[in-house]
Amino acid sequence: MKRTGPFVLSVVIGLWILVAFFVKPLRGAQQTLLLWYTIVGAFALVVGLINLIQSHLRNLQRGQNVPYSLILLFGFFGTLAVGIYAFFQGNAFDPYSPLMWVYGYVLAPLQSTMFSLLAFFLASAAFRAFRIRNMEALLLLLAAVIVMLGRIPWTEHTFAGITEWIMAIPNLAAQRGIQIGVALGAIGMALRILFGLERPYLR
Amino acid sequence: MFEAQKTGILLVILALAALFLYWIRKARTQEIHLRRIPGLEALDDAVGRAAEMGRPVLFATGILGLNNIAVLAAMGILRRVAQKAAEYQVGFLMPNADPIVMTTAQEIVKEAYQSAGRPDLISEASVFYLTSDQFGYAAGVDGVMLREKPGAVFLQGYFYAESLILAETAQSVGAIQIAGTTATTQLPFFVVACDYVLIGEEMLAASAVLSREPNLLGSIKAEDWAKAGIALFLLVAVVLKIFGIDLAPLLNTR
Repeated sequence: MKRTGPFVLSVVIGLWILVAFFVKPLRGAQQTLLLWYTIVGAFALVVGLINLIQSHLRNLQRGQNVPYSLILLFGFFGTLAVGIYAFFQGNAFDPYSPLMWVYGYVLAPLQSTMFSLLAFFLASAAFRAFRIRNMEALLLLLAAVIVMLGRIPWTEHTFAGITEWIMAIPNLAAQRGIQIGVALGAIGMALRILFGLERPYLR
Repeated sequence: MFEAQKTGILLVILALAALFLYWIRKARTQEIHLRRIPGLEALDDAVGRAAEMGRPVLFATGILGLNNIAVLAAMGILRRVAQKAAEYQVGFLMPNADPIVMTTAQEIVKEAYQSAGRPDLISEASVFYLTSDQFGYAAGVDGVMLREKPGAVFLQGYFYAESLILAETAQSVGAIQIAGTTATTQLPFFVVACDYVLIGEEMLAASAVLSREPNLLGSIKAEDWAKAGIALFLLVAVVLKIFGIDLAPLLNTR
């Protein structure tokens, strides 16, 4: 029952959503199912948070990565306290509320910092990728140099045409090939799941 | 009730289902040959390398949930990696951004360790939740990598801008990396930064290739024939378009 129940449920709901794509009156139920998924997801978030707190409390008990765990627990409970306070003040999402201050002056800069690291990682990855080790790497380097020259103001006029050609013909052809493969693979996997041949979501 | 303008799509799906059933039946009586996928062949070696180095393996699926097909496919790969990690007695780490993925992964990993006869080596703390925030997740996984220094990193699932941040950090700690995604925008980053990459559909075929089960192999062969059919259709459509016959309205669903 532990395996059969979820399997039957997934097959029935999968078939329902497939049929609803073609039969309009069934689409309402499809929306309801998506709503259920969101509700289950919200409850699952609580499970995730409990796991997060347990894992960091365990770290503190064992003396592992103590500073990091302390910062996380302080950040978690601090933000929660500020949020509850702002909620009872009735201004939780006011731009000048303490909660939005935490969002604007702590969370957003941290997110921006992580995102900006991408520029450095791009440079280091490009350095490795553009080392000419074989013919493919040489072609990659040439294509990248031409596209970069076609995207900067000084050389844009000279290289714009060939840049557009590289992006619209060989690059797009490769991307579409992969996308068609992915679409077919997704249909294949969906059919395997519907037929019960593949059950990656079950033990 | 039935939306007549979608008849074309229905016919295509029925034709694909028929093709799948044909190849699945054929696969039961006849050996199916699939081309080698280096990224999948390297899975066991990567875990073995981590064992030799005395380091754990790390598995990440990105920030999406189980309703994404790539994340669902990653669960099949996770099972194999966890089984090998149990056999080689290697530590296992899996930070998650989605609690449903975390719960599913906990069950899969637990079962994999049990089937390898080493349930004592795994705890629920190995598969843990970080955050559903994209860059919070990237920062968290990077932190785990820098502290635990995994010997092998598996980035399997659906990724956005965090892909290169994760891959480059794994590269900096000397981990062998096997990535796989269906996100065409992130594939170039993985190709550049990782040792092996499962490109698009290769990832979706992973369960079949790893299990070598005839039913699953047959369905992969059916996909290949479907692809050949689509390529032929595109060719015919282009030639007909040159002569003024447009097949595009056949595919219009609006």
